[in-house]
Amino acid sequence: MTDILDPAKNAERRNTVLATARRSLKVDGDEAPRRAAVADRLASHPAGVVPARGQLDTKGRVDLFETMAKAVDATLARVAATADVPGEVSDFLRQNNLPQQIRHGSDARLEKIPWESQKTLEVSTGIAEDATTVGVSHAFGGVAESGTLILTSGDDNPTTLNFLPETHIALIDAKDIDGDYESVIQRLRDHYGAGEMPRTVNMVTGPSRSADIEQTLLLGAHGPRRLHIVIVGA
Amino acid sequence: MEIRSPQFKGNVRAALDDQALQRAMGNVRSGFIQKRANAAAKLPEFEDLRDEARDIKNHALEHLDLYLEAYEEKVTASGGHVHWAVDAEEARDIVTAICKSVDARTVTKGKSMITEEIGLNDHLERNGLTPIETDLGEYIIQLRGEHPSHIIAPAIHVNKDEVEDEFRRVHTHLPVDRNLEDPRTLLSEAREILRHKFQTADVGVTGANFLIAETGTSVIVTNEGNGDLTQLLPRVHIVVASLEKIVPTLDDTAQILRVLARSATGQDMSVYTTFSTGPRRPDDPDGPEEYHVVLLDNGRSSMLGTDFQDMLRCIRCGACMNHCPVYHTVGGHAYGWVYPGPMGAVLTPSLIGVDQSGHLPNASTFCGRCESVCPMRIPLPKMMRHWRQREFERKLSPATIRAGLGAWAFLAKRPALYQMAMSIGMPVMAWWAGKTGRMASLPLAGGWTKHRDLPAPEGKTFQQQWKQRQEGTPT
Repeated sequence: MTDILDPAKNAERRNTVLATARRSLKVDGDEAPRRAAVADRLASHPAGVVPARGQLDTKGRVDLFETMAKAVDATLARVAATADVPGEVSDFLRQNNLPQQIRHGSDARLEKIPWESQKTLEVSTGIAEDATTVGVSHAFGGVAESGTLILTSGDDNPTTLNFLPETHIALIDAKDIDGDYESVIQRLRDHYGAGEMPRTVNMVTGPSRSADIEQTLLLGAHGPRRLHIVIVGA
Repeated sequence: MEIRSPQFKGNVRAALDDQALQRAMGNVRSGFIQKRANAAAKLPEFEDLRDEARDIKNHALEHLDLYLEAYEEKVTASGGHVHWAVDAEEARDIVTAICKSVDARTVTKGKSMITEEIGLNDHLERNGLTPIETDLGEYIIQLRGEHPSHIIAPAIHVNKDEVEDEFRRVHTHLPVDRNLEDPRTLLSEAREILRHKFQTADVGVTGANFLIAETGTSVIVTNEGNGDLTQLLPRVHIVVASLEKIVPTLDDTAQILRVLARSATGQDMSVYTTFSTGPRRPDDPDGPEEYHVVLLDNGRSSMLGTDFQDMLRCIRCGACMNHCPVYHTVGGHAYGWVYPGPMGAVLTPSLIGVDQSGHLPNASTFCGRCESVCPMRIPLPKMMRHWRQREFERKLSPATIRAGLGAWAFLAKRPALYQMAMSIGMPVMAWWAGKTGRMASLPLAGGWTKHRDLPAPEGKTFQQQWKQRQEGTPT
C-alpha cells in the first residue's frame, strides 16, 4: 500500500497524466510560444475586470467597507487611535454579555495597545485554546467591495484565533482597506515576495453561517458566531 | 460510489412519488434563483466578469500541462507534496497510504465532490479509518447513509423534521426529551459534536476550488468554517483536487471568485475563502505539519481537445441545477451518480461513459436556463446534444426511441408528407383535448400525462404561419 507513495511511481503517474494532456492538446510541451505565454502570465498577472464599486478615496473605501461588512452580519466600530481600542473592545464584550477575556498573537501592533487601561480586561497571548472565548487578530488588510478581511497566518496572528473562539474581534488600520482584491493581492506580493504566500491567507466576509437545513440562514456554524471589526484611524 | 444512472427512469418515478422530497425541492425553486439574480444585478461588471472568467479558464486549459508543472514546482518549494493520480483507485490508495503513514485513525473532511467521485469514505472505512464529514449538510447525509443530492447544498433533499429524527437516533448521549424544534438548536448540537471531532482527528481532507500555479496555493471556499478547522487542526492536511482546478495567478482567482459565490448562493463572497500554501512554517504556532495534494485526472486530460473541453471550465457553483426545471422536479439522487443537474448530464458521460449514463443528457427540455446562468458560459445544452448524437450513433438508445426518431426523420425529410401529417394530426389532437384545450391522457404519452396535462396545438401549423408571414398576410 505504501508503495503507491514511492517517488518513482509518482513520477510515472505524472508522466502518464502530462502525456495524455499533451496528446489531447496536440502539443509536446516544448513549444516556445506556449511556454512564453505561461511565463508571461505568471510574471505579469494581468488584473482583468476590476469593479468600479471599490474605486474610491480613503474615506469612501472605509465607508463602503463598513456598509458591506454590516450587510453580511459583522458588527463594526471605528476608533481614532490605538489608545481607544481597549475601551471599544471592553464595551463590545460587556454589551454582548461576554467575559472580559481576550487572546491574541505576538503582532507588534497588538502588543503596543494599552490593554491595561481597562482594569477588568484579561489579556493572554498564544494560539486559541478550548477555553478561549474571544480571539483578537490584526488584519493584513480589507477589501471594501465586499467588506472582506484579509488575515495572514504566523506567530503574530495564529489562524486558530480566527476560527475556534465563539467571538472573533479583528482590528484593521483604515489605511489598509483597499478597494478591490487585486490591490490587496499586490500588497501581499510586495510583503511576502513575488510568487510567495504565507501558509494561510484567510479572506473572511462576515461570521460563520450555514443554510444546510431547508435553506434557512443560521449564523455560527463551525466558525465564530460573532465577528466584530474595529477600524483604527478612521 | 455505485452507479445508478442506468436506472434513471425508475429513479425519476420514485422521486416524483416521494412527497418529502417534493416538499424539500420547493426550497430550491424559491431560494437560489432570486438570490443569484439580485447579486448579479448589483454588480454592473458581472457579465464582463463572466467573459473574463471563461477566458481565464480557456487559457489555463489550453496550457494545462505547463501550468500543472509550474504549480507542482511551487507546492514542492513551499514544503508540500504533489501526488499524481491517473484514476479514482489510485487517488483513494494515495490518501489511504498517507493516512497509514502517520498511523491515523480518524479523518475529518471538508465538503468535497471530488472525494465523492473517488468514493473515498467507503475506501477509508474498508481500511480501518473513520471518515467524519464536517459540513453540516454532509454530516446530515453521512448519518443517513446517503450521498449529496446537490453539489453545494448536499442535504437539500432533507426536511428539518428528518434532520431532527436523525440526530435523535444517533446522538443518544443527549437527553431524549430535548427540544429540537428550532433549527438553531440542531445547528448548535452538530457544532458541539463536531468540535470534538475536529480536535481529535489525525488527518484533515479537503477539496479545492482553485489550485494557483503562481504560488502553489490551494483554495477552499466555504460558509461554515468547517473546512478551515479540518485543514488547520489535524497534523496532516490532504487536498484532493482534479487537474482542471488550475488557475494561473492570484488575480485570475479573484476574477473567478467574483462570479462564484454570486452564481452559487447569491452572496458577494462566501464567508471563508482560504488560501493554503504548504505546511506549517518555522514561525507558525498552528497549522498542519504535512501538506499533501492529490492531483486527480480520472479521464479529464482526455476531454481536452474534444467537444467536451469546455466542461472543464466548470467551477461547481450549482447555478445550472438551481435553475433546471428537470432537477427541480426529480432532485439530485435520480441522476444516479455523483454530479446531478445539467453539469452532471454533461460531465457524467465523460467520466463513466455514455453507455452507463445516456439517460442524463436526454433528461433536458433544452430550455437553456443552465447556459444562461452559468458563470463560466459553458454551452451545456449543446454538449448534451453532442452526447445524444453519440448515443444515437453508437446505437445505445432504446429501440422505441430510435424508431420514433426514425419516423420523425422520415417525415421531416419529406416536406409535403410532413405538412399533410400535421394538418391531420393537429385537428385530431384538438378534438381529443376538447373544450379545455388540454389532454389529461394520450395514447403512447402516458409518461407525460401522468404528471401534467399536454396542451393541445392551437391554430395553424408553424409552416402555415410562416408561409402567410412570407406572403405578408396578417396571421
